[in-house]
Amino acid sequence: MQLPIYLDYSATTPCDPRVAEKMAECLTLEGNFGNPASRSHTFGWKADEEIDKARQYVADLVNANPKEIVWTSGATESDNLAIKGAAHFYKTRGNHLITCKTEHKAVLDSMRQLEREGFEVTYLDPEANGLIDIEKIKAAIRPETTLISIMHVNNEIGVIQDIAAIGELARANKIIFHVDAAQSAGKVDIDLSTLKVDLMSFSAHKIYGPKGIGALYVRRKPRIRIEAQMHGGGHERGMRSGTLATHQIVGMGEAFRIAKAEMHEDNARIVKLRDRLYDGVKDMEEVYLNGDLEQRVSGNMNISFNFVEGESLIMALKDLAVSSGSACTSSSLEPSYVLRAIGRNDELAHSSIRFTFGRYSTMEEVEFVISVMHEKVKKLRDLSPLWDMFKAGIDLDSVQWAAH
Amino acid sequence: MAYSDKVIDHYENPRNVGVLDAEDKNVGTGMVGAPACGDVMRLQIKVNDDGVIEDAKFKTYGCGSAIASSSLLTEWVKGKTLDEAQQIKNTELAEELALPPVKVHCSVLAEDAIKAAVEDIKSKQG
Repeated sequence: MQLPIYLDYSATTPCDPRVAEKMAECLTLEGNFGNPASRSHTFGWKADEEIDKARQYVADLVNANPKEIVWTSGATESDNLAIKGAAHFYKTRGNHLITCKTEHKAVLDSMRQLEREGFEVTYLDPEANGLIDIEKIKAAIRPETTLISIMHVNNEIGVIQDIAAIGELARANKIIFHVDAAQSAGKVDIDLSTLKVDLMSFSAHKIYGPKGIGALYVRRKPRIRIEAQMHGGGHERGMRSGTLATHQIVGMGEAFRIAKAEMHEDNARIVKLRDRLYDGVKDMEEVYLNGDLEQRVSGNMNISFNFVEGESLIMALKDLAVSSGSACTSSSLEPSYVLRAIGRNDELAHSSIRFTFGRYSTMEEVEFVISVMHEKVKKLRDLSPLWDMFKAGIDLDSVQWAAH
Repeated sequence: MAYSDKVIDHYENPRNVGVLDAEDKNVGTGMVGAPACGDVMRLQIKVNDDGVIEDAKFKTYGCGSAIASSSLLTEWVKGKTLDEAQQIKNTELAEELALPPVKVHCSVLAEDAIKAAVEDIKSKQG
């Protein structure tokens, strides 16, 4: 077993070696380096062929038509293009948008920008388990609502939203439905031939592809229109200009091809690792699971270890590459807005650790993690005045703290 | 976050962790910070009859720099008079530990903790 152990697969994944190999074939003079938009010679044609294959692989994973796939630089760009693009295109129809407080910043900040432009946005509160009550969406819909944007799998707490039900609701109300699927593609089954999803964002590097490439699914039947955010050579049917990055796209295609072939096998193995971790730590005192346990992606475990602060815990876990909802690990010094939105208090948000597993995680690693967690949490609690107070039966909420 | 070796040393081998009897009139307790902000420090000092700090203990809930700031502080205050201890500046702690700008507030908290502990003793001893 090699240290440190990588447990941050939701942040990014290593490229699968099969992906890296395919990408390397598209770079040098001997390789497939041509501009896929070059129509006048074989270099361009060959590159274009590989792009077509990759587009097919991406479409196949989610049961879409390859003509519905638009290449972007990643899920952030896809979210921006989908939300601003649709809101702008349909602004004569209405100016109201609906999303949820636990969305990725790429969605929330796009919404904020639209608010500055005069749109109105409803930010829904999720339930305590992280899931959205569809009745709340229903209640938020207005005649002028044009777009609903709800992520499929949450990046922090791994909960899976019921996009099938939300899609039905949106379609019945003639509202465009965008889904950020950066954390779900290749992990949760997605069938766009039955789901009433109009726009869907994908990323390559969350499923063993390269960073810097993603895609936006734009439905053709019924046809969804978006206003381009990037102007230039009219690539991607005018929706996203810019020379296609052949090696990146080929890498994403290969990653999606592998995901389709292997995701069920991967999931069955990964879910055992996750459940073993939870079983190994859940009996410790003052441990809280964040997010629903059932409606949850296979590789995510997010746990708060009360009375220890997240960043110091991460320092103690120097052999583990994990992330925390603690303020101290963010540049903003705010605790995780996702954990706050599901009603966790600041202390629990500060004390949270996200473990995310993937294709190369092993049970040996999980057993090591469990023993390290027991040892380090105890060490930090011995150092924690809050733990002393808790043990002495003092209600921390009754203490007058001097906020700073 | 890339920490200095000194922060890591104090974090991994914190000095003077513990609790003194808060009821003792020679013991001053300073508890500062708030759980909601991600750091709470409890610093305790014990003075001898000459008004010199002969022992100091701390417990801290917080990030690595908060733990290191309070650990270093307990080393510094020992052997100082109360007035000397009150003169310790957060900038000195931050400099010694080479805290990055975003973590300077941890040293401010440590300065607040020693001030609060000294105030506590002074009020007890009238």
